Amino acid sequence: MAGQEQQQPQPRDTEVEEEVPVPPAPADAQASASTQGVDDLLDEIDGVLESNAEEFVRAFVQKGGQ
Amino acid sequence: MRVMGSETEYGIHAPAAPGANATMMSARVVQAYAQVTRLRAAGGAETRWDYTDEEPLHDARGWTLERGQAHPSQLTDQPPVLDAEAVALAYGREELELDGEDESGSLLMNMVLGNGARLYVDHAHPEYSSPEVTNPAAAVAWDAAGDLVGLAAVRRLASDTELPAVNLYKNNTDNKSVSYGSHENYLMPRSVPFGDIVRGLTPFFVSRQIICGSGRVGMGQDSSRSGYQISQRADFFEAEVGLETTIRRPIINTRDEPHATADKYRRLHVIIGDANLSQVSNYLKFGTTAMVLSLIEAGLAPRIEVHEPVAALQAISHDTTLTTKIRLLDGRRVTALDLQWMYHEAAAKLAQDTGVSDAIDGDGHTHAVLERWATTLTQLDSDRAAAATSVEWLAKLSILEGYRQRDGLQWDDARLGLVDLQWADLRPEKGLYYRLLSRNRMQRIVDDAGIAAAVTEPPSDTRAYFRGRCVSSFSKDVVGASWDSVIFDVPGYGRLQRVPTREPLRGTKALTGGLFDRHREAAPFLAELLGSAPAPPPA
Repeated sequence: MAGQEQQQPQPRDTEVEEEVPVPPAPADAQASASTQGVDDLLDEIDGVLESNAEEFVRAFVQKGGQ
Repeated sequence: MRVMGSETEYGIHAPAAPGANATMMSARVVQAYAQVTRLRAAGGAETRWDYTDEEPLHDARGWTLERGQAHPSQLTDQPPVLDAEAVALAYGREELELDGEDESGSLLMNMVLGNGARLYVDHAHPEYSSPEVTNPAAAVAWDAAGDLVGLAAVRRLASDTELPAVNLYKNNTDNKSVSYGSHENYLMPRSVPFGDIVRGLTPFFVSRQIICGSGRVGMGQDSSRSGYQISQRADFFEAEVGLETTIRRPIINTRDEPHATADKYRRLHVIIGDANLSQVSNYLKFGTTAMVLSLIEAGLAPRIEVHEPVAALQAISHDTTLTTKIRLLDGRRVTALDLQWMYHEAAAKLAQDTGVSDAIDGDGHTHAVLERWATTLTQLDSDRAAAATSVEWLAKLSILEGYRQRDGLQWDDARLGLVDLQWADLRPEKGLYYRLLSRNRMQRIVDDAGIAAAVTEPPSDTRAYFRGRCVSSFSKDVVGASWDSVIFDVPGYGRLQRVPTREPLRGTKALTGGLFDRHREAAPFLAELLGSAPAPPPA
């Protein structure tokens, strides 16, 4: 397929840290890393979100499906 | 790698007409796409579905469900019919009576497309079934082509000022207790015992959501509890093995409808997946599952038995930290990541032993899937920001967490529910997945040109090539088609000519491309194909 990207597994240099049992990070702390640079994206999304969230979500009713 | 394909049921919603009949709206979507293709191709491309070989009540465990015992939704071998009530609800009773004709009979509910796909009304949803492909990158392309088909229909309907606009959503639940599916199909040798498939696949399906779940705001089938989970579908599964797809949904579905030479093949019908917009998640969904099937066929699937698989499936879905440990029958406690690594290790070893992952002599796909799989599992463990550019549930979660932090929203806030829903809107200006894609925040397997080509072109290496080319080249003479047939109505032939296509790997471009190139008309095309002159009309 055209445009196929291959991402090579990176050699890991964090093994020393991994040997120390680390308690799982709280969800908020994990998320803060992944949301860096999200702010301008959120501004963009604010502009495209349907206007009345509550009504829109409530009205999205589907009939049975597989 | 393996013959495979996707089926996507789209959520459908007309915000300006919340009470509109869903079946009717779905029919309008199919109708709209027929109009779009007619404008473009000046050929009908509205070939009817051939139901002859549909066998939805055959069970892979070796029996057939009696019709009287089946849930009405299981009878997919009958053309859907809109009753007068549905038509009246959509158009108004007076208009119907004025019109004086039964509109339901003229509404198009089924199309075979020039790319070899099927677009149709499945109960209350428009559904796109991709053509058969042979590798996961092609599965991504022809599945995403269905999203463009849906988009074209949505655009067409939006230009109609008489009727309310329709939105389509590539998701799996309305968060009010209803779920609709996105299914996968994989061709397998019939000789593989079905019990082996159940044993080999169940632990894999319980855990694969961490790489290909789409993410969902809401817990429980009716979202009665607030929160975010990995899978759109997990909470809707209630059984381990079964024939149903709309009730008591099973992790392993037993529908035995091969759409191919039945004593040679089975078509494994997978109903547990989420609909994916993320190309990498979709790629891994198809690629890794195909490899696990190869493990099962070789008798080399990891020997793992999960204690209470349905509960494990849901426990894994409900824990976005991926630390939940589930119990195996041998007493081990493992995470979903552990399970995925066990399968990866076994798949990598088999691929190496058989040579399919060899850089030069391999199949050209297995090596790439194995690498992408390992990278994704590693990132899920230690670099979630990186994983959020490819794993769909994490990409969606990153936006939701952004809102939670910026605006202090709780999980039950309607705006987060809207983000979840609008993530899957097929319109690029509205769909949040497409906003991320346009900012290069989502990785690609296929570029836009490749997806656009897949809307009109069939795959070259399966029988879908023959089906698609027949539909686009001889649209006025092709009156019906299905996965394993194309039906011609050609002047000079006394009756309909049904061309069987029971071998999924025949009818390829290599085998039939020249035939299409040599003939512009259906009659000589058929004469050469069937090796005979037209039979005289019956006396």
